Amino acid sequence: MIATLTRPHSRLPARWLVIGVGLVVLASLAGLAVGPVSLPIGRVFLEVIDHIPFVRVHSGLSPRQADIVWQLRLPRVVMGLLVGAMLSVAGGAYQGAFRNPLADPYLLGVAAGAGLGATVVIVAGGTTRSGIVAPLPLAAFAGALVAVVLTYALGASGERRRSATSLVLAGVAVASFLTAVQTWVQQRKSDTIREVFTWILGRLTTASWHDVLILLPYVVVTSAILIACRRVLDVLSVGDDEASSLGVNVNQVRLVVVVAASLGTAAAVSVSGLIAFVGIIVPHTVRLLAGRSYRSILPLSLLFGAAFLAFTDLLARIVISPAELPIGVVTAFFGAPFFLIVLRSSRTSP
Amino acid sequence: MKRGLWLVGAVVALAACGSSSTTLSATTVASESSVVTTAAAPAFPVTIGDVTIPSKPARVISLSPTATEMLFAMGAGPQVVAVDDQSDYPAGVPRTDLSGFNPNVEAIAAKNPDLVVVSNDTNNVVAGLGALKIAVLVEPAAATIDDSYKEMNELGRVTGNAAAAATEASMMKQQFADLAAQLAPHKGLRYYHELDPTYYTATSKTFLGAVYALAGLANIGDAADSGGTGYPQLSAEFIVNANPDVVFLADTICCGQNASTVAARDGWSQIAAVRNGLVIGLDDSIASRWGPRTPQLLEAIIAAFKKAGI
Repeated sequence: MIATLTRPHSRLPARWLVIGVGLVVLASLAGLAVGPVSLPIGRVFLEVIDHIPFVRVHSGLSPRQADIVWQLRLPRVVMGLLVGAMLSVAGGAYQGAFRNPLADPYLLGVAAGAGLGATVVIVAGGTTRSGIVAPLPLAAFAGALVAVVLTYALGASGERRRSATSLVLAGVAVASFLTAVQTWVQQRKSDTIREVFTWILGRLTTASWHDVLILLPYVVVTSAILIACRRVLDVLSVGDDEASSLGVNVNQVRLVVVVAASLGTAAAVSVSGLIAFVGIIVPHTVRLLAGRSYRSILPLSLLFGAAFLAFTDLLARIVISPAELPIGVVTAFFGAPFFLIVLRSSRTSP
Repeated sequence: MKRGLWLVGAVVALAACGSSSTTLSATTVASESSVVTTAAAPAFPVTIGDVTIPSKPARVISLSPTATEMLFAMGAGPQVVAVDDQSDYPAGVPRTDLSGFNPNVEAIAAKNPDLVVVSNDTNNVVAGLGALKIAVLVEPAAATIDDSYKEMNELGRVTGNAAAAATEASMMKQQFADLAAQLAPHKGLRYYHELDPTYYTATSKTFLGAVYALAGLANIGDAADSGGTGYPQLSAEFIVNANPDVVFLADTICCGQNASTVAARDGWSQIAAVRNGLVIGLDDSIASRWGPRTPQLLEAIIAAFKKAGI
């Protein structure tokens, strides 16, 4: 039955796949090569090659420069790739699961929940305690998941079956409620307000290998699940009733997609803060460039999202170097005009 | 996205609150003389800017932790009936749940003050209290050390403690001079002042920068302040590459940073400050105020240098 919906051009176009991989490689290399500290590019790459097991090359960088490359710059690039990939693929999956072009990974309250979790920890002075597990990402993660569970429970209680609309509305209500609580908690202790804002605006500034290792399993597992759902999301795009009649268990698919996308998003925001715009704009750009099938949207969003955030983080690092711009500002500032260009050019040549 | 942009605005506004560089910059020369002359200034009514205090106030409310410290240092404590929730020094100040960050005109008026001191005109508190015929003195964050003396003297005049305030101001000045002399051998050391663990810093243009400049220390953050805010966010690789001789932590209380957490950061172990034991934790509160305790920052630096054996 799925085969009947498959049109030749809805397969993942090899051209865009190559471009996507190329952009990821380019973004990674650029991210490594350029930074507020100018280092000889050749030596930077030698330094990275030196860390490949069983490979020994002498990069000629001083120990401090080597640390800059390996401990500061590379984990930040990798973090940008992971967070960008996760938010974009989650955004694309949400748009499919809810058949809503405005859906983004924060639709069901992930951002508000994570923000509340982070704010509570910051206000309670929890960032001062250190342990095996840092309390702030943990609280943000928990807050995000609680928000989604709450949204799902509320969206389901209104009607006999979970319609996409009732879930989205429940998400809006839960997000507003949690944001109100977050603002209240934050205002109770005004001396911590800057720390809260810094977190909310998103940051890759302090990315470390430790953060990368925390995030990696979530990105791998949840993106794999979402990409595995790409065909079913195509079926879902014809409507709930139609998809049901085609033999798709709509509620089950939606649950799987929402759980996977929310889990991945929660993990991403818990280490990077709230980076806006990526999750909505990247899947749409991909859709305009490479067609409306989720079979291409999801894998390409993963690649384009990774490259997009790595590039924007590069801009955040160098535009007013050596000072930093908040990454959330850069994603919107450069992403919005870029998206409008894509939108315009795709209209003129459909 | 709207939310995001709103937040950007809020952060910019917060940063702006920290640096009132424009309003007070012209006072550098004038206040030199005011340290001496205000002691002899006539008593009430006192006019500062467009605020007139008709007689010696008996019910002062301070919504600024720095103003609170200044008022108590000059002996105006008995006149102070309430302070804001952030004022925590000296011990025993009449702390209330009034907020200077988010002031509520009704709550302030309910305490029946005859003078209110704030550091920012947030929520139009000046106009709001003005409508109730309550005098409000705005003493914004100091941009220079002279601003601090000037505010001390102004608070002295409006509360009828001009002589004591002038004495306090000259004591501060003397302390700074003595401490700076002790630090003279370390002139030229390069420092990074950390405001939070995401590497926001304060440059030489700020009040704190001026205090460090007294000790002859050089700020690594200046190169990053293209926006001129005085409070840029640095990137980790810039800090590591700049290799500061000294790291000052003004995020010890808020964010639990100390010498060992800094040494444990990826890539930071190679920094001179870390290797030489010159990661110096400061009291967040003292480092964020511009009052009579500010010289203690230099004392802390001297103590840390002694401990590190330099």
